[in-house]
Amino acid sequence: MSKRERPGGLAGLLSRITTGSDATAMRTSLTTVGSSLVAVAIALTICAVLLAVTGKNPIDAYATIIETGASGNKLLEMLRRATPLIFSATAVAIGFKMLIFNIGVEGQYLFAALVAAEAGSRVSLPIVIHIAFILVVAMIAGAFWASIAGVLKVRKNVHEVISTIMLNYIALSVIQWLFENFFRDDEVEGLNIKTTLLPDSARMPDIVDGRLNGMFIVALATVTAFWVIVYRSRFGFRLRASGFNATAAETAGISARTMTIIAMIFSGAVAGLVAMSSVLGEAFAYGPNATPIGFGFAGITVALLGRNHPVGIVIAALLFGFLDSTSAELQLANVPNSIVKVMQSIIVLTVVIVNEATIRKLNERTAEQARADLAGVTS
Amino acid sequence: MSDNPGGLAVELRDISKRFPGVIANYEVDLTVRRGTIHAVVGENGAGKSTLMKTLYGMHQPDTGTIAINGAQTEMRSPSDAIGAGVGMVHQHFMLADNLTVLENIILGSEPSNRGVIDLRAARSRLTELMASVGTELDLDTEVSELGVGERQRVEILKVLFRGAQILILDEPTAVLVPDEVDELFETLKRLVADGATVIFISHKLDEVLQVSDDITVMRQGTTVAHTAPTEIDRSGLAELMVGSELPSPAGRTSTIGEEIRLEVRDLSVPGAEGRPAVESASFTVRAGEIVGVAGVEGNGQFELCTAIAGLRPSTGSVIVDGRDLAHANTRERHRAGLAYIPFDRQREGLMLNAPLWENTLLGREHEESLSKGPFIDAEAARASSVSIIDRFGVLTPNETVPAFALSGGNQQKLVVGRNLVTEPAVLIAAHPTRGIDVGAQAAIWDEIRQARDSGMAVLLVSADLEELIGLSDTLLVMFDGHITARLDPDSVTPSELGTHMTGTHLEVTT
Repeated sequence: MSKRERPGGLAGLLSRITTGSDATAMRTSLTTVGSSLVAVAIALTICAVLLAVTGKNPIDAYATIIETGASGNKLLEMLRRATPLIFSATAVAIGFKMLIFNIGVEGQYLFAALVAAEAGSRVSLPIVIHIAFILVVAMIAGAFWASIAGVLKVRKNVHEVISTIMLNYIALSVIQWLFENFFRDDEVEGLNIKTTLLPDSARMPDIVDGRLNGMFIVALATVTAFWVIVYRSRFGFRLRASGFNATAAETAGISARTMTIIAMIFSGAVAGLVAMSSVLGEAFAYGPNATPIGFGFAGITVALLGRNHPVGIVIAALLFGFLDSTSAELQLANVPNSIVKVMQSIIVLTVVIVNEATIRKLNERTAEQARADLAGVTS
Repeated sequence: MSDNPGGLAVELRDISKRFPGVIANYEVDLTVRRGTIHAVVGENGAGKSTLMKTLYGMHQPDTGTIAINGAQTEMRSPSDAIGAGVGMVHQHFMLADNLTVLENIILGSEPSNRGVIDLRAARSRLTELMASVGTELDLDTEVSELGVGERQRVEILKVLFRGAQILILDEPTAVLVPDEVDELFETLKRLVADGATVIFISHKLDEVLQVSDDITVMRQGTTVAHTAPTEIDRSGLAELMVGSELPSPAGRTSTIGEEIRLEVRDLSVPGAEGRPAVESASFTVRAGEIVGVAGVEGNGQFELCTAIAGLRPSTGSVIVDGRDLAHANTRERHRAGLAYIPFDRQREGLMLNAPLWENTLLGREHEESLSKGPFIDAEAARASSVSIIDRFGVLTPNETVPAFALSGGNQQKLVVGRNLVTEPAVLIAAHPTRGIDVGAQAAIWDEIRQARDSGMAVLLVSADLEELIGLSDTLLVMFDGHITARLDPDSVTPSELGTHMTGTHLEVTT
């Protein structure tokens, strides 16, 4: 029994640092961060080779990236571009915590953007309440669209990868039909077609005028809530338990069916917020050419890069936002825009590979450490 | 065909095979005469499958030698075994459903002509083969359209097509209906008449006596007897399987109370292919009573336990402390005082990559003492985990190491502790000490006894007779989904238990 007691005072502190729980957790996260940095370095090296092969000077290209990145405006641009990625990566990560792959964030957020923009333009409310109303409508719309895949999985055993991908296509058609027939503002013509513009009371205030709006704060709040719910709440524990071992969770009374539906609803609700920085802060409406597309898929890579952890997601979103923000300057420096996408993809691939290797090493070391600690205890 | 007719086809000497924490085979000797059907019988866990995997090269023995047709052979992989003329028909068929019979049989050893599969050659060779075995199959039918018996014939042809002269059949009759069994035996007899050798694994004693020339009995990882159908009868064989002496119950004191804590009434569980996995099981467990369930694995014990725990659909009643839980889900049953130590700790019990304190929280996360509103009280959960680790003697540096870092015995202590610490009314314990060392086993037995003494009702499923007889107040036997006997562990004899476990008494009485 005495083996469990820890000495107090300085010795206790030291033993906590060397064998205690926090030391284990700390070591795990440090190694994870370290391996991600190594992976990014490897990726940059591969990209340098790629640039050199295509006849560009990699040093010049990287210098351009660093130079432009150092300017204040570019840093704001990085935050602006990171905002929707934080939402979409969080949405993907919620599902992934119980090994559900929500590939349908794209359809969910576009559907939510249309419904929320239209709903917001039809009511008049005081400023804060109006914004909150639109955000809630977006979350409900996103959750609704995602829950279809959840119900299909639970009721008909349809794999969510198939159903969410298909629902992306269906969402696009439904959006087009709703927009053209019901929601389009007929006074606007040409390329700039949109839903009716939102009134001032529904416009998200800027943090920095014209460069970054309040949705960035909402994104950070969301990712914090994600952390609290997943790692601290009973629901989050059940979610993670289902992801760790679905059979064991079921045996312990955690219904996989219920968890699947709830996870999809949560994931879809967060997905609904992806385009809100555009709807509430930039375009003030939904429009086929005004609302950004592609963030649903980018979110999958960001979640992967961030290892589905809240902190990792924010860092990964910032990295992607940063790389995106430098693409214009790179083009000026005669480096094609696509090289940025290639770079992002190489980073993700190397991080995934390096992380897998690290985790395996880490697991082996933990098991060894446990045995060594035990030998010390029992001898 | 053979240069040494009547000699030994297979000679296994001193084979030992150890897995982490368990000895699966210990100094096993097996000699199989060429041109015979040789049955290997034994309970589940007696080491039959491990031995056959050794012979088929699926793993290497720690010690011992293998000789095929008199020549010492090293089996590094199944392809070595196939090369030496040994083929295996697995219990679970390994066929591609959407390929034809012909394609399935030649898959992996296609006769080819300059890189092109020579289907004509394959077809003519197969037709010959089928004629010699006396079986008929349409080579162009898709396997998905075949019944179980036909699929098994495809498997056998597949092995013969690769030139096997020694066939291992792992419980081949487990999936067959009586007619198909007869057909299979006809086929086997023809094969043997043509000079092949068959090793036949089974625990169905009647079949063994009907078809085999020689019998080897295995018990607790080693071979305990070599005999023949002419020398032994059913009950003698059953006694050999179970052991001549049953472990004596060590100084048991009965603590059985009056109050019925678990009542199972008319419980039926649907199984695969329309046959019920459990049919009309009824029994009661009183406060302070341990009811043991004996039986060869796969006779409905798993389905019975999971149905009581609410993990699979069933009909009938499960009543805990007077409350009918037939319509309650797993969590509600848990809250009503039903705890379940699952069959497979790693698959059903643990989150291997999660820390121990999260593992001891699993299934208890709704407990008020471990939560604060909708949130988990991590401090309390850790403290509770530490107390389980201390009380049940789980050897671990602390409560934050992941579960995979623990040995099997310590993992099991953790699962048992998690279930007992809630002081349940009823404990369903499935193989609570399987695959763990003696020390951990004794500790878990003590804990179960203590919980029983304080009034808990226990349903104990086990393949370990020492455990069953040592702990149980009453012994039920399951065979083919039915509870076929209710025995007194103090007075039961090996042959009695053996005949009930193998279902032999059913034929005896008819």
